[in-house]
Amino acid sequence: MHRQPPNHASAFSANSAFNWVRANLFSSWSNTLLTLLGLWVSYFVIWSALEWAVFTAVFTGEDGAACRVPGAGACWPFVVAKFKVFMYGRYPVAELWRVNLTYILAIAGLVPLMWPGVKGKLWIAVYCFVVFPILAYFLLTGAEWLGLRNVPTSRWGGLLVTLVVACVGIAASFPIGVILALARRSDLPLIKWSAIFFIEFVRGVPLVTVLFFASVMLPLFLPENVTFDKLLRALIGVALFSAAYLAEVVRGGLQAIPRGQFEAADALGLNYFQKMGLIVLPQALKLVIPGIVNSFIALFKDTSLVLIIGLFDLLGIVQQAVSSDAKWFSPQTAATGYVFAAFVFWIFCFGMSRYSAWLERRLHTGHRS
Amino acid sequence: MRYWLAAGLALLAGFGPGTGPAAAQSSTLDAVKARGQLQCGVNTGLAGFSAPGEGGIWKGLDVDICRGVSAAIFKSADKVKYVPLTAKERFTALQSGEIDVLSRNTTWTMSRDTSAGLNFAGINYYDGQGFMVKKSLDVVSAKELSGASICVQTGTTTELNLADYFRSNKIEYNPVVFEKLPEVLAAYNSGRCDAFTTDVSQLYSIRLTLGNPKEHIVLPEIISKEPLGPAVRQGDPQWANIVRWVLFAMINAEELEITQGNVEEMKNSKNPEVRRLLGVEGEFGAGIGLDNDWAYQIIKLVGNYGESFDRNVGAGSALGIARGQNALWKNGGLQYAPPIR
Repeated sequence: MHRQPPNHASAFSANSAFNWVRANLFSSWSNTLLTLLGLWVSYFVIWSALEWAVFTAVFTGEDGAACRVPGAGACWPFVVAKFKVFMYGRYPVAELWRVNLTYILAIAGLVPLMWPGVKGKLWIAVYCFVVFPILAYFLLTGAEWLGLRNVPTSRWGGLLVTLVVACVGIAASFPIGVILALARRSDLPLIKWSAIFFIEFVRGVPLVTVLFFASVMLPLFLPENVTFDKLLRALIGVALFSAAYLAEVVRGGLQAIPRGQFEAADALGLNYFQKMGLIVLPQALKLVIPGIVNSFIALFKDTSLVLIIGLFDLLGIVQQAVSSDAKWFSPQTAATGYVFAAFVFWIFCFGMSRYSAWLERRLHTGHRS
Repeated sequence: MRYWLAAGLALLAGFGPGTGPAAAQSSTLDAVKARGQLQCGVNTGLAGFSAPGEGGIWKGLDVDICRGVSAAIFKSADKVKYVPLTAKERFTALQSGEIDVLSRNTTWTMSRDTSAGLNFAGINYYDGQGFMVKKSLDVVSAKELSGASICVQTGTTTELNLADYFRSNKIEYNPVVFEKLPEVLAAYNSGRCDAFTTDVSQLYSIRLTLGNPKEHIVLPEIISKEPLGPAVRQGDPQWANIVRWVLFAMINAEELEITQGNVEEMKNSKNPEVRRLLGVEGEFGAGIGLDNDWAYQIIKLVGNYGESFDRNVGAGSALGIARGQNALWKNGGLQYAPPIR
C-alpha cells in the first residue's frame, strides 16, 4: 500500500503479483475494507507476540530476579534452566541416557515403518510392536539383572510421561479398537452385545472420570497396602478409553465398504479372518485415516488430563515448576512456561496431522476415481 | 456353574469386609519398618511447602515432616517415597493405605478430624487470611484500610471472612470481586484496588510474581484460622503419636536452642530438658516404639522447627514469610509443644 498507484497505461501490464492482489484482495470496496482489517489485526497480533517473545523478552539470568524488570516480556532463562525437568521430570540425571536411547530405538523403528517403499515391513512391525516395547520397558523402569538401576515411575515426568502415555495409548488402543469394531458387527449376540456395552459405557463417561476412578476409587476396592503403579492405572484407563472411540471410527469405515466386497470374499472361499484381514480392513482403515489420526491427536492432547491425578506430564510439570519454584517467580514466568508447553504440543500434533495428510494422498488409489 | 458362583461369592466376601479392618489393626510402624520406606503424601507443587528442587529432591516445610518421621524411624531422612497428591485425591490416598502420612498443607477442621477418617497430628503452619497493600499507601495495619477498595476472589470463604472482619470492626470498605485469581491479581496490579486479600502463605508467593515485590507489604493482621498440619489414618494411636511427637520434638528443639549444628555438643548439656529430648536421660523413645535417640536424629538430619521454617518459607528463602503466628509462644507466636518428661 506504500507503493504509488500505477498510472492507467501500465495498470494492466504490471507484474502478475500486483494483478493478483488487485483481483483477489481489492476487487471491491468491501473486500478492500476486509483486507485492510485483516492486515491490521495480523499486524497487531504478530507484533505483540513478537514484542513479548523477542523484543522485550529476557534471555539471560540466574533466577527470577532477572525477569522481574518492569515491562519485561517472556522469561526464557526459566525454560532453559528447567528444560531437563520439562523433558524428563525427576528421572535421575545419571540415567537419562536410557530415556534418550529409548527415543532413538523408537525412531529407528517408526521411521522405516512409516516410510512407504521400505522392504520387510513385517519384520519392522514385529520390532516396533513386540521387541521395542519390551526393550523400552526394561530401559525405562530398569532391570537389576542387566545392571540397570530401578527407576520408579513416580520419578518420570514431563515430555517422557506425555510420550509414554500417548504411545502406549495409541499402540494399545488401535488393535483393541479394531477388534471392538469387528465385534460390534459380529453375528454372535454375546460378542456383539459385550462390544456395544463396553463402547457405549466408555463413551458415556468423560476421561476425567475414568482417570479419577483409576486413581481414587480403585485403591479403595483393593485390600489395604496393595497398590499398583499409578502410571499403569492411568495407562490402562487411557488405552481402554481411546479404544472405544477408535472402535466407532473403524466401524464407520467398515460400514462404508460395499456389500459386494464381502460377498466376493465369501465367493472366493476365504474364511472370516482372511476376508477381514485381506479384503475389508485394508479398505476400511484407509477410508478412516483422517478419523484415526484425529483420535490419536485428541489422545495425545488428552494425556495432559493425567495431571489431575498427580502424574506430571509435560503440562503438569510446567505447572508444577511455575507454582512451586519460588526462585523463578516473576510476572511472566507462568506465561512463558505455558507457551513453551503449547509449542511442544503443537510440534507433535502438527507433525501427526501432516503425516496423515501425506499418507492419505499416497494411498489415494481409491476405487472411486 | 453354581460352584463357580459360590467360589466367586466366597472370594468377594473374603476380600470385602474381612481384610479391611484386619489390615488396619496391624501397626503402621511395623508396616513402614518392613517396607524400609515411609510413604508420604505431599502437594504436587507449592512453593516453600513441597516442591521438587534441584536433582528432583523434594524440599519444603511439609516435606520436612516426612523427613523428620523418616529420621526418627530409620536414622536417615531420605527413606521416604513422596506421593504427590491433588487436593481431591489426598484423603482417599490415606484411607487406601497408599500413603502413611499426609503432609500436604491440609487445614485441620472438625469434620476432617472426625468423620473423614483422619487424625491430625499437630499444626506445622498457622495460616490465615491476610492483606497485601502497596508500600506507597503507608498503611501498616488492616484497621487503617477504612474506605479502601479491596480485591477479592468471589465465591470463596475469603470473601465471607472479609465481610465479617470489616463489619465487626465497623470499617467501611469497597469489595472489588472477580471470578478468577489471575483477574484479581491483574486488578490489584493495575491499581484498580488498594489491597488484595487471600491466605497469607499465598500472599507471599503471589508477591513474588508481581513486578516489584519490594513495593508490596503483607499486613500483620490475620482474620481467619487455617491451621495446616500433618494427618494420619484413624485407628493407629501409636502412629499418630509418632508423627505428633516428631513435630513437637522439632518445636521443642527450637525452644531449647538445639540446632542441626550444635546438637552434638548439646548432648553434654546440663539442662535436664535438653538431656531428655536428646535421649541422654530417660526412656522416652520406648513410649512411641522407637530408639531413644529418635529426637536427636530428627534434629541432626532435618533441624529444629525454626531452621526448617527459615530455610523453606522464612527469611532464608525466596518467599520471606515473617514468623508471625508461627513464632514460638515465647516470642509472641502460637507454636507451643508439650514438654518431654
